[in-house]
Amino acid sequence: MRISTFFYTLKQGISNIFRNAWFSLASIATISACLLLFGIFYAVVMNFQHIVKTAEQGVSVTVFFDEGLSEARVQEIGELIAKRTEVAKVQYISADEAWETFKDDYFGEEYSAGFTENPLANSSNYEIYLSDVALQGSLVTYLESIEGIRQVNRSELTASTLSGVNALIGYVSVGIIGILLAVSIFLISNTVMIGIQVRKEEINIMKYIGATDFFVRSPFVIEGMVIGAIGACIPLGMIYAIYSTVIEYVVERFTMLSTLLNFLPVEQIFSTLIPVSLGVGIGIGFMGSFTTVRKHLHV
Amino acid sequence: MALFKRTRTKIIPEENIIVLEKVTKAYATGAPALTGVDLTIKRGEFVFIVGDSGSGKSTLIKLLLRELLPTGGDIYVNGQNLVDLKRRNVPKYRRNLGVVFQDFRLLKDRNVYENVAFAQRVIQTPTREIRKNVPSILSVVGLAGKYKARPKQLSGGEQQRVALARALINRPPILLCDEPTGNLDPKNSWEIMKLLDQINKKGTTVLVVTHNREIVNEMQKRVVTMKKGVIVSDEEKGGYIDED
Repeated sequence: MRISTFFYTLKQGISNIFRNAWFSLASIATISACLLLFGIFYAVVMNFQHIVKTAEQGVSVTVFFDEGLSEARVQEIGELIAKRTEVAKVQYISADEAWETFKDDYFGEEYSAGFTENPLANSSNYEIYLSDVALQGSLVTYLESIEGIRQVNRSELTASTLSGVNALIGYVSVGIIGILLAVSIFLISNTVMIGIQVRKEEINIMKYIGATDFFVRSPFVIEGMVIGAIGACIPLGMIYAIYSTVIEYVVERFTMLSTLLNFLPVEQIFSTLIPVSLGVGIGIGFMGSFTTVRKHLHV
Repeated sequence: MALFKRTRTKIIPEENIIVLEKVTKAYATGAPALTGVDLTIKRGEFVFIVGDSGSGKSTLIKLLLRELLPTGGDIYVNGQNLVDLKRRNVPKYRRNLGVVFQDFRLLKDRNVYENVAFAQRVIQTPTREIRKNVPSILSVVGLAGKYKARPKQLSGGEQQRVALARALINRPPILLCDEPTGNLDPKNSWEIMKLLDQINKKGTTVLVVTHNREIVNEMQKRVVTMKKGVIVSDEEKGGYIDED
């Protein structure tokens, strides 16, 4: 292909957008609306998953040791636990630290002064944080089998609820994102097809003059891809602009939940959203125009 | 045993630019559009194809454009058998033809210059040559001053001249005209026909499908008359045969 032909094709593709301004606007609006819905849903789901994940990380299992167990054995048990794949973090809490925390949480200085000895003398423990809350059951079974461990405290309800919620979000989001993408692809392809249908005559003329399929198709494909890219950039810009505002509003409005509501930074959301949206927009623009033009090339 | 690809290509004398041999075209329903048509057109000839609706004239043009393939027989254009022509080679073949339609078929959203230049873009002519060639051909058809106008700003006659300029800019050896005066008033019709005559005199083979009795009778060219898919008369310096 000559360089002048390449630039001509590129220019024609972009000029077509302005020549068929209403069709272009309709296509851009359809793509933008679909990808805006997709983007909003994606941001909500990602944040929801993040909040649940953060809550999961706070779930711990506590193990207490047999009375009089040697420090060496306690340390050995700590090393055994740390090696497990289910374990994200192990923290040793001495009896004194346990008493201090207990005092702070439940007594004031006034009441605790009456205790001359540590009433929790036998309460040194390991606080174990899980890498995945769903693995709590298997870890507890293992912990209960270790010699020297007197008691294992866990919160079965919290663990099962969180892992259930997590799985539910996963399934629902995959389903809804799949449906949204399918609807987007259908709507956008239809808009592109209708636009090209209107220009069937133009394609026929080009073919009668002796234009190759490639020459006829290229400006349409470029037009489709540019429309797809613009249609993807608009919702990305909108989501970027409103994301922080919405999060600030939610945090201010629901201050009681501020410790629980831990939102993802906009950059993290966009690291996936930008390539996916651009890929869907440009990809559908390309495929829609490519396949629709092909139908009219047999002249 | 060696296998040879079956081919219907044969040597055609160079002066015979269009040759139809026993060409039949049948559609899925209805009577055949063409039945066993034999026709030879020599290089540099001016030929009218006349006949009523349904006589097979449009099918003949579509076959020559390689928009359709015959169901029987062979069509040679410039020595090339269109029956054997691969789909990917059709664009290259069409560049040897100039085509003019009754409804002009201009790109409505482009001006006169762009419409004519488009035919050169298709064959990848360098831009500097296009800038030279388009004004030149527009002056031949008398539209040099209207190169910026859009088709809807032009009269029917002017639009047909743009179509003619587009058909001629690549200097094709053959010009196919399908009812070129069908949408024009008598004055514009004569102007277009005069242009076609001038083009023919410069060596281009011109094939005109028309209903225009007055023009056919006046111009005294070769006239091929078709009826129900067959050629019923072929006369040098002929006239329009009245239907009985």
